[in-house]
Amino acid sequence: MDDIKDDAHAGDAVQVSELPLSIVVNTQTYNLSVDPRITLLDLLREELFLTGSKKGCDQGQCGACTVLVNGRRIYSCLTLAIMHDQDEITTIEGLANGEELHPLQEAFIEHDGFQCGYCTPGQIMAAAALLNEDCGPSDADVRECMNGNLCRCAAYPNIIAAIQQVRKEKANATV
Amino acid sequence: MRPFNYERVVATPDALATLDGARFRTGSGGKLRHGGMSTAAHFIAGGTTLLDLMKLDVVQPNKLVDISRMPMTEIKETDDGVLIGALVTNSDLASNPIIKARYSILSQALLAGASQQLRNKATVGGNILQRSRCPYFRDPSMDCNKRNPGSGCPAIKGFSRMHAIVGVSDKCISAHPSDMCVALAALGARIHLQSTAGSRVVAINEFFLTPENHPEIENVMRSDEIITGVQLPASRFNPENSHYLKVRDRESFSFAIVSVAACLEIDGTSIKGARVALGGVATKPWFISESDSLIGKTVDSEIFRDFAEAALKTAQAQKHNKFKIELTKRSIVRALEKAAGVI
Repeated sequence: MDDIKDDAHAGDAVQVSELPLSIVVNTQTYNLSVDPRITLLDLLREELFLTGSKKGCDQGQCGACTVLVNGRRIYSCLTLAIMHDQDEITTIEGLANGEELHPLQEAFIEHDGFQCGYCTPGQIMAAAALLNEDCGPSDADVRECMNGNLCRCAAYPNIIAAIQQVRKEKANATV
Repeated sequence: MRPFNYERVVATPDALATLDGARFRTGSGGKLRHGGMSTAAHFIAGGTTLLDLMKLDVVQPNKLVDISRMPMTEIKETDDGVLIGALVTNSDLASNPIIKARYSILSQALLAGASQQLRNKATVGGNILQRSRCPYFRDPSMDCNKRNPGSGCPAIKGFSRMHAIVGVSDKCISAHPSDMCVALAALGARIHLQSTAGSRVVAINEFFLTPENHPEIENVMRSDEIITGVQLPASRFNPENSHYLKVRDRESFSFAIVSVAACLEIDGTSIKGARVALGGVATKPWFISESDSLIGKTVDSEIFRDFAEAALKTAQAQKHNKFKIELTKRSIVRALEKAAGVI
């Protein structure tokens, strides 16, 4: 079993057929037929026209593509759409409740938590997940918990302030 | 990405059946018959290493077998420790109460790595099998003995700042980039492997291989095996006496230049137990075999420094990573001082 007889798959062309995928995005179910190579990010942007999630690096190093899968934050550029059959995806487009912005969106505006806006959807999605994670109370803790979202405009202090405000509001609301 | 066939499996027997007849490659187990990029079938779990390398054209699987929904996600206490399923995510492992309380070094190391987005997807098995971050390995236009055996190692006389200083050979100086594995080496973890022929358990020190004259073979896995879990031995080290130190260019979200996992059992000022491992500077997760020499000694920075000197006596640096020798020694001392509670 150790010797390779046929590693010459290189010579054979792989016939790729599309595969069925049923996926829920922002509470809406889509039944699709997809090339297995398509990343979740490309599916969202190119197939579903949900261009809020951004392609900053396409290699899991910037965070601009951050979405929630079953409530957990991941990089949508580093996963295949086909792997998410039956999963529930939340993108930035799904955060607001109609005309009513999510508290994080309100806070980002209030604290001027963005300049060019390119990293912003990823920042907000990461922060939305952070609200339900175990993160320490300090700014340094939030900075560490948000380490996977880069901002070339350096809006970091305002991003942290926005997140801390929402955390404080949330803590007060449950008291 | 190049085209590939895709198949999702759920139960272990199914996963193993796909290995029949397929030349299967997990990480880098098994010997390539010819050089060149790996085209064999691969398991995909979290995908955070594999998809990265597929986009770079470093690996070109003709088939992906999606094991991400297999039932290997338990962390359970056993008679002699804890058994962690291969598909437990890095984030779940780091936040598990048993791990935090009794294997703190593992939790610390996991949280020092990557970001929460990556930790939510990356699995224990995938973290073990992650590939080198060497920029020559990751660039198919460059020669690389790991990717293309016999083609040479451009890092040795090239840009070697992030590369290894122990466990190196004249064929490869690439460092194993994992934080988790450094903690597993310190703890003396054992890797559970399964194939259609049966199962076996391999101590982590024996699981990983140094490059020697075969950098393309990184571990002892056979082409028909899958990692099913990781066994931790009975807990010995308090959280207060376990310290993971990671030195890097940025405050966070970077691979280690040097990392040290230091676990001590202290009685007053006397060391009763010690296990120290290195990351960022070694070609595999590096348990310092001289760790036992600390037993019976008193907590003292000079003794820690002597220990560090002994640990690094076989160090071999290149043009750009000479600084790592002294940096690693100081990091070992600092990590031990932290673990001992003197700073």
